[in-house]
Amino acid sequence: MSVPSIAIEKALEPNFQEQEFVHSVYNDIASHFSQTRYKPWPIVEDFLKTRPDYSIGLDVGCGNGKYLGVNEKLYMIGTDRSDGLITCGHEISKGQYNVGVADGLNLPHENGKFDFAISIAVIHHFANEDRRIEAIRHILSKLRKGGELLVYCWALEQENSRRGYKDGDEQDILIPWVLQKKQEKKPKVKKQRKSKKTAIENQLDSLDLKATEPKADEMEETKIEEEKVQDEQKAKEEQTKYRYYHLYKKGELHENAIKAGGSVVREGYEKDNWWCVIKNE
Amino acid sequence: MKFLTTNFVKCAIKTCDSSLEAFPLQYSECELVQEEQEFNPEFICHMLDRLDWQAVIKVAKDLGNTSLPPNKPEDIDPIMEDSQAILRDLHTLLVETRIVEGKMICRNCEHIYYIKNSIPNFLLPPHLC
Repeated sequence: MSVPSIAIEKALEPNFQEQEFVHSVYNDIASHFSQTRYKPWPIVEDFLKTRPDYSIGLDVGCGNGKYLGVNEKLYMIGTDRSDGLITCGHEISKGQYNVGVADGLNLPHENGKFDFAISIAVIHHFANEDRRIEAIRHILSKLRKGGELLVYCWALEQENSRRGYKDGDEQDILIPWVLQKKQEKKPKVKKQRKSKKTAIENQLDSLDLKATEPKADEMEETKIEEEKVQDEQKAKEEQTKYRYYHLYKKGELHENAIKAGGSVVREGYEKDNWWCVIKNE
Repeated sequence: MKFLTTNFVKCAIKTCDSSLEAFPLQYSECELVQEEQEFNPEFICHMLDRLDWQAVIKVAKDLGNTSLPPNKPEDIDPIMEDSQAILRDLHTLLVETRIVEGKMICRNCEHIYYIKNSIPNFLLPPHLC
């Protein structure tokens, strides 16, 4: 039943690509997406819990802010390009998170001021390598000397996962997000009717009786069923949104970090993602 | 947006990076709310270390508060009795004062950013990115 990912058209204008296949999608799916994002990833949690007390930090691309409350002894500011997701974070935390709407390449902070930063599952949305490196460089510029940035990007190598991408596959792809429809009332009623009918049919079957009479009714049912399938298909098309990702190959994030002027102090692979702790030298 | 955050945000436009005028932003037509928050003297004390005090004074003045001392309070200790009053005051200002609506203006390029429903928005129009 899952909707396949598709390759993205090459050489789209980067701003257009990010607007169309990242920013507007996240705003459209914000509340549904936010409901699925509440569990912190272990390495991110560990990174935050091992910062010295009362450090100040940034979460660039914080989404609904799920990492902003992990360690209460930190002062963190979270920004995201999607005002929809930031609004979710504001509401979830009842106004406790320090959040703002900002672009990752134009952050509203002084250079050299922060002790640390995280950017989790964000850099892979930038449209080309230059912009991905620039995004890392830009976050590093906000850190004091020796400050650390934890970056997570989706990996190309995820053979053991549902999606099964592997080395050699296309790295620049559009990943579908199927929105669940809110008003489920109509389909539910139809489903109930259908199951009721099936139950009666089963009963008839088990009694070994032949249902000859309700032909007209059956015709009507078939027609309704057809309409229902058409409706569902149409709804599905409308509800599938595609987000652009660059899937990182082994070693690629490390390379990006070096090109951005940082040094990699730790790195690894967790839950289909490559991660690096990058130090601002 | 808590008052404290005003000490950590500036104009997002790159050409303002080298200008001393781009921080702090100028706060104008702001609607404020006071909301009671848990008092953590240690937190305030550590934040005080990191604060740009002149920026605190400027923003407080924008918001109609001219009662702050001209120099950053020194020798503040979260467990000392005589530090408690100043820490309480700072807690009220930095953590409990929130800007719900308002404008933030860059003193260098005059670009206006808006705070709506407590959320500051620093997105730039395409020609300024």
